[in-house]
Amino acid sequence: MATLAISDAADGRRVLALSGRLDANSIRRVWAEGRQAIAAAPERRVVVDAANVDYCDGAGVALLIDLIAQRKAGDVQVANLAPKFEALLQQFDVQEVERDQDPPARRRNGIEEVGVLAAGVASDMRDQIVFVGESAAALGYALLHPSSVRWKDVWRICEQVGANALPIVALISFLLGVILAFQSAIPMRRFGAEIFVADLIGLAMLRELGPLMTAILLAGRSGAAFAAEIGTMTVNQEVDALTTMGLDPVRFLVTPRIIAALLMTPLLTLFADLISLLGGAMTLQSFSIPFVTFVHEVEAIVDYSDFMAGFVKSFVFAILIAGIGCLRGLQTAAGASAVGDATTRAVVSGIVLLVAVDGIFAFLYYLLDI
Amino acid sequence: MANNATSPADVPERATRDVPIIRVRDLTVGYGGVALLEHVSFDVRRGEILVILGGSGSGKSTLLKHMIGLDEPLAGSVLIDGDDIVTATGDARRAILRRIGVMYQSGALFGSMTLAENVRLPLEEYTDLTSAEIELIARMKLSLVGLALFTGHLPAEVSGGMQKRAAIARAMALDPMILFLDEPSAGLDPITSAELDALIKRLSRNLGATFVVVTHELPSIFAIADRVIMIDRRTKGIIAEGDPRKLRDESPDPWVRQFFNREATPVAA
Repeated sequence: MATLAISDAADGRRVLALSGRLDANSIRRVWAEGRQAIAAAPERRVVVDAANVDYCDGAGVALLIDLIAQRKAGDVQVANLAPKFEALLQQFDVQEVERDQDPPARRRNGIEEVGVLAAGVASDMRDQIVFVGESAAALGYALLHPSSVRWKDVWRICEQVGANALPIVALISFLLGVILAFQSAIPMRRFGAEIFVADLIGLAMLRELGPLMTAILLAGRSGAAFAAEIGTMTVNQEVDALTTMGLDPVRFLVTPRIIAALLMTPLLTLFADLISLLGGAMTLQSFSIPFVTFVHEVEAIVDYSDFMAGFVKSFVFAILIAGIGCLRGLQTAAGASAVGDATTRAVVSGIVLLVAVDGIFAFLYYLLDI
Repeated sequence: MANNATSPADVPERATRDVPIIRVRDLTVGYGGVALLEHVSFDVRRGEILVILGGSGSGKSTLLKHMIGLDEPLAGSVLIDGDDIVTATGDARRAILRRIGVMYQSGALFGSMTLAENVRLPLEEYTDLTSAEIELIARMKLSLVGLALFTGHLPAEVSGGMQKRAAIARAMALDPMILFLDEPSAGLDPITSAELDALIKRLSRNLGATFVVVTHELPSIFAIADRVIMIDRRTKGIIAEGDPRKLRDESPDPWVRQFFNREATPVAA
């Protein structure tokens, strides 16, 4: 335990006699006392007598340096420190240690923050526009030159995006159908209108929820995977390697993913529509509506245009999911956390865009009376 | 696609050995408008192994990135066999990139492809050779770097040294005139590092390609370099150029001698 004895010498100097162990566990109290003792005698020179210090480590040296730095150079002196501790103390220049040589950058004020944010948003939008142009050009080239597409990659990605996503799409769609049917049927039963739940499920799932929920699932699953995979390639300089080989990363990495998403998302949407209807039909059986009645009711109310309204959207959603995932991957910065950031951005901006575009579709369909 | 690769064996008439294959002129590089190196000018001679060296953070890898056209310089030009990679776009840029091969510090092999598929990639993209012909070339390139028994392995299934050798094989796939190697010895044990140095030396001798190597590993520098240029972040430019042994023994700049003799900067006791 460290102790501090304060006394005044005959020559007027204040003496701070330290003793015991000077380490991180024992100096907290004497540190505060020492500072107070020096501050209480502003006109006197101070001697820190370390003759009885048994042990002194880095923390103890920090205490001594801080006491020395309380006054201008020379006014506080350390005396009688054992040579092995003195050597430790001599490693440091008091003035240099005390001065913060790398002060934190000046914090931006509110207006600057808004400006930086706006510039960031503008830059991101510009990147997105450039990326849309590059992707469209690459897709157009792929359409005109199908042999230029790396089909091996396309089928591999199709499996990841499509086949591997079937279980989760089935589960969510089925539960969605069940929940929608159950929550609607209870109030409808009060009016004897349970049968119209089939209409609701048919229209809501095929026009809106089937494509949207499938797309949101894929944004979280495949969009994130695209961003992580391409982000890791960016960090590992694999994208640089492509560039210096003269190969366009958009054509090489983005085109196969967009094609795979375009092939798989509509199929998964169709699958989600059917499974959610199945969930709804099974639930309505418990409300005494047989399966056949449910099918006839859906057939009567849902026509081809309702199905197409949802199906067409799924193609646009596919481009959005794959495009945003790939863009965020290519934008990945350096560092360990960069891939995580890219993945998060891919999912967040993907879902926001999906919902926004879905809203635009709803407005267009309203205008076109679809 | 026609194969119009420019290989060391297919050197244009104007390009004699005395004419520099790379001319870097007044190159200023940096990020965010802040220059790391200013007005750097030097030549790389045809067929030589030039090592770019300097202390940590001096801008070696940044300079390399600008020389291979990955980043846009703040000013200046990089002429590769007479064509400026800084200003070239589209097909002209692709034509320049065909003349170079790059091995990145991490190897940068495509993780989902085998070593052979990595080497096949540029051949598939740039030539109209059949799959069997491309396979043969890929196997030849991998055998050239001692990886004939690992053609079907994924990068994750081989050691770091093997990955770097495979990356060299991929960089050589199209028989480029110039090979850029970024820190080839980084992270390798001394024996593997020495083997890689021997490989670089052998490839340079046998293929006649020009090598530009970024490193600060002294044993590698003395083993492979025909000539070095040394850059320094304090002067933001080249502080020494020439034979590494002469610089070690005779450089007028004490910091250069200190670097080559691996001496620490004295600190106050």
